[in-house]
Amino acid sequence: MRSIGRLTLMAGLLVAASARAEAPVVQSCEVPAYLLTSESTLPKVAAAVKPGGKLNILVVGSRSSVIGVSDSTSAYPGRLQEILRDKLPGVEVNVSLELQPKKTAEELAPTLGKLVDERKPNLVIWQTGTYDAMRQVDAEDFRNALDEGVGAMKTAGTDVLLMNLQYSPRTETMISGSAYLDNMRVVAQQHDVPLFDRFAIMRQWNENGDFDLFSPSPGAELAKRVHDCLGRALSTFVIDAAHVNPAELRIQR
Amino acid sequence: MTSVADSVAGPVPADAVAAPAAARPRADAVTFPVAGTERELRLDLFRGLALWLIFIDHLPPNILTWFTIRNYGFSDATEIFIFISGYTAAFVYGRAMLEQGTLVASARIFKRVWQIYVAHVFLFTIFLAEISYVATSFENPLYSEEMGILDFLKQPDVTIVQALLLKFRPVNMDVLPLYIVLMLFLPPILWLMQRRADMTLALSVALYALTWEFDLYLSAYPNGVWAFNPFAWQLLFVFGAWCALGGARRMSRILSSPVTLWISVAYLLAAFWVTLTWYIPQIHHLLPKVIEQWMYPINKTDLDVLRFAHFLALAAITVRFLHKDWPGLKSPWLRPLIMCGQHSLEIFCLGVFLAFAGHFVLAEVSGGAWMHLMVSISGIVIMSAAAGLFSWYKRVATKGGTRAKSADADFAGGGA
Repeated sequence: MRSIGRLTLMAGLLVAASARAEAPVVQSCEVPAYLLTSESTLPKVAAAVKPGGKLNILVVGSRSSVIGVSDSTSAYPGRLQEILRDKLPGVEVNVSLELQPKKTAEELAPTLGKLVDERKPNLVIWQTGTYDAMRQVDAEDFRNALDEGVGAMKTAGTDVLLMNLQYSPRTETMISGSAYLDNMRVVAQQHDVPLFDRFAIMRQWNENGDFDLFSPSPGAELAKRVHDCLGRALSTFVIDAAHVNPAELRIQR
Repeated sequence: MTSVADSVAGPVPADAVAAPAAARPRADAVTFPVAGTERELRLDLFRGLALWLIFIDHLPPNILTWFTIRNYGFSDATEIFIFISGYTAAFVYGRAMLEQGTLVASARIFKRVWQIYVAHVFLFTIFLAEISYVATSFENPLYSEEMGILDFLKQPDVTIVQALLLKFRPVNMDVLPLYIVLMLFLPPILWLMQRRADMTLALSVALYALTWEFDLYLSAYPNGVWAFNPFAWQLLFVFGAWCALGGARRMSRILSSPVTLWISVAYLLAAFWVTLTWYIPQIHHLLPKVIEQWMYPINKTDLDVLRFAHFLALAAITVRFLHKDWPGLKSPWLRPLIMCGQHSLEIFCLGVFLAFAGHFVLAEVSGGAWMHLMVSISGIVIMSAAAGLFSWYKRVATKGGTRAKSADADFAGGGA
């Protein structure tokens, strides 16, 4: 009885999955509004977003900021640049990526102030936590490193936005991210910088069935679609936190 | 806790006098009705519950996750598990110490430690098998960074030795090493507890305070620290032991006072409200920043005082409203829980294994909310069925003769 029930259930899921595969190409990846708003603001971004203005965004991240080994154009930084250029006409948007794979926050933090001095971005998106979680770095050391890094970058004169770990169901039995997620939230609150909750957003997509993140070998296509959606969500988040109204830009133009 | 003490801790001295060593009443004395006292079913019930909750919390989130207590306050099932383990271990081996002497009782404790160690290594082997499979079959460019976690497979020599030293512990395998260390120190704790109970508890509190002051820890491999710091978590274990050896009885007046009740209720409500702000970010701003900065982070590794207090409040209320002679404890509906609690080491290991297996099924067959729920429920059914099987075997083996009975004593009363 029981196994029959399970079989029909599995059959149902298979049908649902194949139906999903035939669905139109446009990816649905809605994000609940509360994940795309922040109490913290991005004043430097707000100041840069004006007709004829220049918005320089620097992404500091690990391998989950690229697809495969180094593809950053179809990864979220590249997507973010394109979408922001679209949404903010008349503003010269540049997103560059400082790829720092296999570095803990503690190793990276002392270099960040200097990096900002050299590149002079309006906004640094610091994507971190994954490698620390994999190495099970002491949570307090991680928090202190974040504290130091965010502080140094703000002093160097840029807005900062933190981005946390990816939701990765397949490796959940091996990587425990909760302490790192918590500490990123704490530091973001302390420094009053926005936190882009990539983990919660991706988990939402997985649960809603937008993406099957459990899939063992989905190829590069899934990664590209996920990153496109991340870029979209991130652009909305940045614009919201900077309190920019893109419609006004259009009128002034 | 008051009536826990009445039934369990009460008869210890009387029984020890009444039954001379020749009768060899061993650990199983707790399991079976002895001298008119029945086994404290509430302990089994809540340990069973803790095992179920630990299993559910180890699986990816699903509907059942919303029924686990960590969503409603600071403490979670681990606190319950460690406290009850301390309680039962002290009760069983404390009695053995009185009847058979310190040396024999210590030897039995070390035998138990060995069993738990073997169980841990067994689970590690299964874990290795699972991730080796994942490593060879999983190819998702989205997660190329996360797959770096499998790099340790490239040096199995180091990894396996570190695992045997309890320094390399994969996710979800932190409870047993903690329990091994706690049990290892049970003989001196018990020895002192039987002479100076309050001093032992005071020493335990002092060690806890020192841990926070001087940041004591055990290091882990490849880096980091033990996820459950034994220097801090020993407090719950020793507190459980203290309650078992008469502390609970002495606290009965405090526990039955209405002041305790209202403080507990107020604290639980406050904790619930704080946890609510984690899940409903819209009300997050209602939490004053001052409180937030004082309170966060709530440290699980070092058993934050807030967590310990939350557990105490839960326990105080439970003991007050759930009496040991509540007829529901005998109802068939609670049988599965109680049986799981009675075979806790086996069921704990099975739970960890089933959590691995559950992840595996979800990954290989299909995900989806329904499948998640099915996996959780099947796991609980399997755990209950296994517990039923162990109970049956023990009953049959006990009928078979006294030899089988004494051989099984550790299984019955060891109290993982």
